[in-house]
Amino acid sequence: MISMTGVVKRFGSTTALDGLDLTVAEGEVHGFLGPNGAGKTTTLRVLLGLMRIEAGSVTVLGMDPWRDAVALHRRLAYVPGDVSLWPNLTGGEVIDLLGRLRGGLDEQRRDRLVEMFALDPTKKTRTYSKGNRQKVALIAALSSDVELLLLDEPTAGLDPLMESMFRTVINEWRDGGRSVLLSSHILAEAEALSDRLSIIRSGRVVETGTLAQLRHLRRTTVTAVLRSVPDGLAAMPGVHEVVIDGQTITCQVDSEGLDRLLPALSAAGVDSLITQPPSLEQLFLQHYGVTET
Amino acid sequence: MSRFTGTWMLTRFALRRDRILLPVWILVFSLMTISSASATMALYPDVATRVMAASAVNDVPVAVAMYGRIWDPTSLGALSLLKMSAIGGVMIAILAIMLVTRHARGEEEKGRTELLGATVVGAWAGLTAAVIVALVAMLGIAVLSALGLWAVGLPAAGSWAFGLSWALTGMAFAAISAVANQVTTSARAATALALVALAVAYLMRAVGDVLGDADGPSILSWLSPIGWGQQVRPYAGDQAWVLVLPAVFAALVLWVALALQSRRDLGAGLLPDRTGRATAAPGLRTPLALAWRLQYPMLLGWLAAYAVMGAVVGSIVNDLGDMMDTPQAREMIAALGGTDVLMEAFIALEFSIIAFVTAAYGIVAARRLATEEADGHLEPVLACSVPRLRFLTSHLTVALVGTTLLTLTQGASFALGSAASTGSTALVGATIGAAMAYLPAIWLMTAVVVLLFGVAPRFTVVAWILLVAFVLVSELGALLEWPQWVLDASPFSHVPRLPAEPMDWLPLLALTGIAVALTVAGSALFRRRDLSTP
Repeated sequence: MISMTGVVKRFGSTTALDGLDLTVAEGEVHGFLGPNGAGKTTTLRVLLGLMRIEAGSVTVLGMDPWRDAVALHRRLAYVPGDVSLWPNLTGGEVIDLLGRLRGGLDEQRRDRLVEMFALDPTKKTRTYSKGNRQKVALIAALSSDVELLLLDEPTAGLDPLMESMFRTVINEWRDGGRSVLLSSHILAEAEALSDRLSIIRSGRVVETGTLAQLRHLRRTTVTAVLRSVPDGLAAMPGVHEVVIDGQTITCQVDSEGLDRLLPALSAAGVDSLITQPPSLEQLFLQHYGVTET
Repeated sequence: MSRFTGTWMLTRFALRRDRILLPVWILVFSLMTISSASATMALYPDVATRVMAASAVNDVPVAVAMYGRIWDPTSLGALSLLKMSAIGGVMIAILAIMLVTRHARGEEEKGRTELLGATVVGAWAGLTAAVIVALVAMLGIAVLSALGLWAVGLPAAGSWAFGLSWALTGMAFAAISAVANQVTTSARAATALALVALAVAYLMRAVGDVLGDADGPSILSWLSPIGWGQQVRPYAGDQAWVLVLPAVFAALVLWVALALQSRRDLGAGLLPDRTGRATAAPGLRTPLALAWRLQYPMLLGWLAAYAVMGAVVGSIVNDLGDMMDTPQAREMIAALGGTDVLMEAFIALEFSIIAFVTAAYGIVAARRLATEEADGHLEPVLACSVPRLRFLTSHLTVALVGTTLLTLTQGASFALGSAASTGSTALVGATIGAAMAYLPAIWLMTAVVVLLFGVAPRFTVVAWILLVAFVLVSELGALLEWPQWVLDASPFSHVPRLPAEPMDWLPLLALTGIAVALTVAGSALFRRRDLSTP
């Protein structure tokens, strides 16, 4: 659906995208994670053909987004992160207008979404909160019959109720065999929705894969209460940061260390054992040089 | 914490935001006044010529309606600043209205007032700061103009009277704008409301002055802030006490605005926001339909104003023949318009001025391209299946069709008003043609906006600077004997002054050709550039 290789985009002296690679497969929800200023929005604008790249190549649905923008946009829908609407138009008018400009919208689906998201479409958009403006853009995008959704932090203004509604809708969307690129910095949301994830840092994708793949390379936290504390745990290859507090030991173990650690623990006699895979938050923070305590 | 807490900080902040804009406006207004005065002064070296010129104004109701009366026919200053006190008074009122709206409702609409309101800032601070910014601009213009007028040789007392009358007229409308800012929820609507008040004030003065006599205007003029500015009578008695009227008026109206501010919620207006359609009208499906939807209320307002103005001026134009049939008057009009035929010269002169106003509409309408992009409305549109050119042509079409309709309305209403009062339809075709001849020059200004938009949306403001320059060239260039190439630089200089002069197609075709070329270049640039991010 989306393939970007070595994409470079500069604004004057700042480099927004610095050799970015990104692939989104058909039928997947792809989480695109990164803090503010990492280049998420620029990436989306490049994918929409609203910005021109200086190097690299971009294909979206088999097309060049800069050259074939108009034909491409019939097959995708976009929800900007900062939704700004015409203050004099009503929400309903904007939904219809955007849908029609994209090439038509499914009115039944629109009516259902308006109801699900509890939006009053007769109000002028001037009176809408940020969340309501986002709902307008979301409903307009989701009412269209397109293959790909590009979402830029779509739930930043939604309340928890609407956020869970959003997850339901996106899961339905994926079940219909369609794809989503979900830019976000809300990790729980990305974790819950995404089939695969890419983490962007300073204009580059530093890690990409399924959550399991991302975790595979990372250390698992093991906490065990033992009958006797064996010696030499700290020296075991692949086992790190061993903390012994009475009968309780806590350590960080990478994937090859787990094979060695578990026999040693069971030999010592295990009263209780908790293993915790790394949270997305830990993965994320590792890439930004912040160690979690 | 008082309700004014933070006013000083907000004022400094607003002045910093306008650190380029304000000095430019202050300079433009002051230089316009000074150069217009010195240009006119050179024309009337002795008292006899002044008296003659003054009677050419005072005896003609159209002129009195447009400019007001010259209260001392022997006064050089009163004659020189006639246009500046009437038309200039309107322009300075527009500046004051826009400054207040920009910093009061404009900030509130963009959500920045909310951000500041959560800090240690009183409820009245934002509005008060906006009015202070207007006051700074008005005083700057008053002081610079007064000093300049005094420097070119006019009496000091009159120069100060003129400067202060301008400043206080402006402040009266700044206060009106402050109230309008409380009534509506959008900056655009607030500006429109205040401009309606300005139009009413100007019309009251026009009618009041015509109904009055050489001793003074009728009561109507005394009810209008524009009238007060003129009743100060700079260089013609210097009635300084009149300045109290706009000062007290501004203070009272401002107090009303602050009282209204205390009674409403942030973001709300006194007029409630009505709900609208739950679904879009079937026709709202193209960028052009959207552009029309966004722009038609403004265009209808302009068309109505043009129809009324054209009919009023057209219906009194035939009085000119009777009232100005003196050799001196003919000579003066001829010097300005360029032919002996009085009525035709008047039409040519009138239409050459209106053409600039129509060009201003074209710039406003075409600049919507830039504001849509800057406001972040363009991104979702282009993310739909909309070619860039189709967006560009949408607001461009509104600008071109709008300027054409305005020009037609102006010519037709003028012709009809004139035909209704004379009973003769002889001039109808010629009058409409005379108005239409300016269209290529007007379209050229629209095309300039497109070219600048192609480079970057923020550059489109340059079109305003060019228009002001072209107005100066037309109004002052010939009088000040500027070099020919400067005069030729203005597209408006090349339009044949119909019906006084014969028709000449060549310059009109050339202007249209240049307009097309600029539009094509602007479109090509826009297709190649990145969307600018808000």
